[in-house]
Amino acid sequence: MKIERDLHPPILPLRLDRAGFAVAGEKLLQDISLSIPAGRRLIVMGANGAGKSLLLRLCHGLIEPGSGRRLWSSGETRPLAQAMVFQRPVLLRRTVAANLAYPLRLRGMDRATCRAMVEQTLERFGLTSLSERSARLLSGGEQQRLALARAWAMRPQILFLDEPTSSLDPSATRIIEEMIAAFAAEGITIVMSTHDIGQARRIAQDVAFLHRGRLIEHAPAEQFFDGPDAPEARAYLAGELVW
Amino acid sequence: MGQTHRKRAHISPANWSGRMVCRTISPPRCSLHLRLAFGIAMLVAPPFATQAATQEFITVASTTSTENSGLFRHILPLFEHETGITVRIVAQGTGQALETGRRGDVDVVFVHARTQEDAFVAAGYGVARFDVMYNDFVIVGPAGDPAGLAGIDDAAAAMAAIAQAEAPFASRGDDSGTHAAEMRLWAAAGIEPEGRWYLSTGSGMGATLNMAVQVPAYALTDRGTWLSFRNRGSLELLFEGDSMLHNPYGIILVDPARHPHIKAGQGQTFIDWLISSAGQEAIAGYRIDGEQLFFPNAE
Amino acid sequence: MSDPFSTAFSMIVSGDPAFMEIIGLSLRVTLSAVLIACLIGLPLGAGLALARFPGRSITIIVFNALMGLPPVVAGLVVYLLLSRSGPMGSLALLFTPTAMIIAQSILILPIVISLTRSVVEDLWGEYREQLRSLGASRLRAVPTLLWDGRVSLLTGVLAGFGRASAEVGAVLIVGGNIAGHTRTMTTAITLETSRGELGLAVALGIVLLTLTLGLNAMVWFAGQWARERLG
Repeated sequence: MKIERDLHPPILPLRLDRAGFAVAGEKLLQDISLSIPAGRRLIVMGANGAGKSLLLRLCHGLIEPGSGRRLWSSGETRPLAQAMVFQRPVLLRRTVAANLAYPLRLRGMDRATCRAMVEQTLERFGLTSLSERSARLLSGGEQQRLALARAWAMRPQILFLDEPTSSLDPSATRIIEEMIAAFAAEGITIVMSTHDIGQARRIAQDVAFLHRGRLIEHAPAEQFFDGPDAPEARAYLAGELVW
Repeated sequence: MGQTHRKRAHISPANWSGRMVCRTISPPRCSLHLRLAFGIAMLVAPPFATQAATQEFITVASTTSTENSGLFRHILPLFEHETGITVRIVAQGTGQALETGRRGDVDVVFVHARTQEDAFVAAGYGVARFDVMYNDFVIVGPAGDPAGLAGIDDAAAAMAAIAQAEAPFASRGDDSGTHAAEMRLWAAAGIEPEGRWYLSTGSGMGATLNMAVQVPAYALTDRGTWLSFRNRGSLELLFEGDSMLHNPYGIILVDPARHPHIKAGQGQTFIDWLISSAGQEAIAGYRIDGEQLFFPNAE
Repeated sequence: MSDPFSTAFSMIVSGDPAFMEIIGLSLRVTLSAVLIACLIGLPLGAGLALARFPGRSITIIVFNALMGLPPVVAGLVVYLLLSRSGPMGSLALLFTPTAMIIAQSILILPIVISLTRSVVEDLWGEYREQLRSLGASRLRAVPTLLWDGRVSLLTGVLAGFGRASAEVGAVLIVGGNIAGHTRTMTTAITLETSRGELGLAVALGIVLLTLTLGLNAMVWFAGQWARERLG
C-alpha cells in the first residue's frame, strides 16, 4: 500500500504570523507568532480559558484568524493532509468500519481502495473485531481509539489533538498515548493540548505556553520543564492557580 | 382483465363501488431488489395503472342526495354493461355541481334545481336540459309533532306552522336543490325564517338529517335520502304529498364548445340512455323496502 | 346501530373486494404522498437547517405555520390549480388519485420540512466541527446528517403519514369520492355518516385506526431496534 502522504507536497512548517482571534470584540487569541516544523511533538499548555483549544482550531482551519496570517508551506489555505481529534470524539451513527470509510470517501477515494484502507486501519489498531459494531455504543476509550484511527487513515502530515484523554481513565489514556507515540514515530507531526503536566512531560518535544490568549513561552520541552522564563508558566508548573 | 364473479359480503355497504376493475398484477419472479423497486413503482404510479384499466369513462357531477339514495349503484352497472362506458359520479350540492360543470371539470351534470339548471344552459355552459325523473320532498320531524303538521294539507302552511311554533328546523343552508326548494316554500308562506329555532347547517342532506335527529328538529328532505337514511332516531315522516314538493331532476351535457375536452359523445350516450325506455325502466325499478324512490318522466 | 367492532372485524375478515380496494387506495395515496413529501422535504429541511440566507427566519416560521394548514384549504388550492379552468387543467388530473396524492403531499410537506430542519439543526450543532475537520462541506454534510438523524426523522415522517391518513377535506375536494376510483377510508366514512349508517362509519373508523396503529407500532419498534443497535 502506498502512503498517500508521500504524494502530497509537504505542508509543514506551519507558521502563524501575529495571528489573532476575537469574538464580539473580546480578544481570545492575540498576536501569536509561531512556527511548527515537521516531525516534532508540540504540547500546548496553559490554564483553562487560556486559548489552547482555540489555537488548535485556528491552526487546523476550523476558525480563521481575525488578524495576522496562517501560512502553510505548501501555500494552500487548508491542506488535506491534516487531521484533528477532539476531546469528545463525534462518531457517526454507523458501524466502526463506516466511520473509518467516511472521510476517505469524502476525499474521493474509490470503493476498493477505501475498503483496503479501512481493513488495514482496523488491523493496525486492533479494531477488526469491532468493525461491524455501532460506533456510538463503544466505550469512551474505544471511541477515542476509533477517532485516532480515523485520523490516521486520513494520512495526515500533522495531527491536532485537543485534550484527547481528559475524559478517559488511566488505562485508556495509556493506550491513546501509545498510539500518539506510534504516530510520531511514523513521522506525523503532533500538536496536542493537555492540562495534565505528567502527560505533557511524557510526550512533549516542544512546549507552547498560552496565557490569556497570548503565547508567552515556546521552548524545547527540557528547557521548559527545567525552568520556564515566564513567571506565569513557572507558577503553572508549580501547581498554582494562574489567570 | 375482467371480473366475472364477485362475492359481496352481506355487511358490505353496497355503494362503495359501483364498478369493479380488477387490477391484479402479479409481480415478476425476480430478486428482492427488483420486487422492491416494482412495489415502489406501483405505489407512486397509481394514475397510470388506473387510467390503463379504465379505458372509457365520463365524469358526472350529481347531488349528494342522489348518491346517498343509492340510485346510481342500481342503474350504473346496467349502463356500463350495455355501453362499456364507466360513469364516475362526483356527489356535490347542486350549486357546487353546477359550478364544477361551469369550470369544465365534469362532462355531465345531473341535478335538481330547475331555475339554476335553465340559467346554466342559457349562459352557454350546457348544451340542453333533459327531464329525467322526479321524486318529492317530504317534511320529517320529531314524532311528537310539536308544530302540529298532522292536520295540514298545504306545504306552505305546514312551514308556517313550524315557524309559528318556533319549533326547531334544520336547514341545509347551502346552495343545494333541496335548499332552493325550502326557500321557495318559505317564500310561499310569506316567512323570512330566522331566530334561534332556525338551524342553518351549511352541509349535506345526510349531515343535516343527523343534526335533526339530535336536536330533534324538523327538516325538509328528498324522499330518496329519507328512505335510505339509517339513523332516523325519533324522526318520522310528518308531511308529504303537496305538488309544491315536486322535485324534478334534470340532466345537462356540459357544452363542448366552451370546454373542448368534454367527452360529448359518451356524455350524450349516457343522457340518451337515461331518457330511453331502458334507462327509465331502470330508474323505476329502484326500490327500497318495496317503495319506489324515483319516478321517470322523460319525454 | 349494530355493534361497530364486530362489523369492523367481519369487514376485515370477509375481504370484500370493494372494501379492500378502498383500503388499498387509501394506503397507496397516503404512502405515495409521504414518499413524495420526503423526497422533497428531507433535503429541503436539511438545507434550511444548514443554510444561512436573508429571510431564513421568515421561511422557517412560514413552514411551521403551514403545518397547521387546513386540509380543505390545501384541497381547494389544488382543485383550483387542476381544474379545467385552472392553470394546470390540461393535465386532466382532477378527480383522480394523482390529484389526491398531490394535495396530500402539499399537506405533509411542511411537517417533513419543519421536523427535518429541527432534527438536522440539533445534529449539526453536535457534528459541525468534526465534519468540517473531516473535510465535509455544508452541502456534503446534508446527506450525512439526514442519515445519522434517521431514527428521529422517522417521527416526522410518521407525523406526516398520520396527518395524511386522517384527513378528509383535501381528498374529498380533489378526488370527488368517486366509487371505485377515488373513494378512500376517510371519504367513505364521511359518506356513510351522511347516509346515517353510523355503525358502518364507526366500523370503518376502527379499521382505519387499526391500520394506523399497526403502522405506527411497526415504525416504533423499528426505531427502538435501531436506537439499541446504533446508539
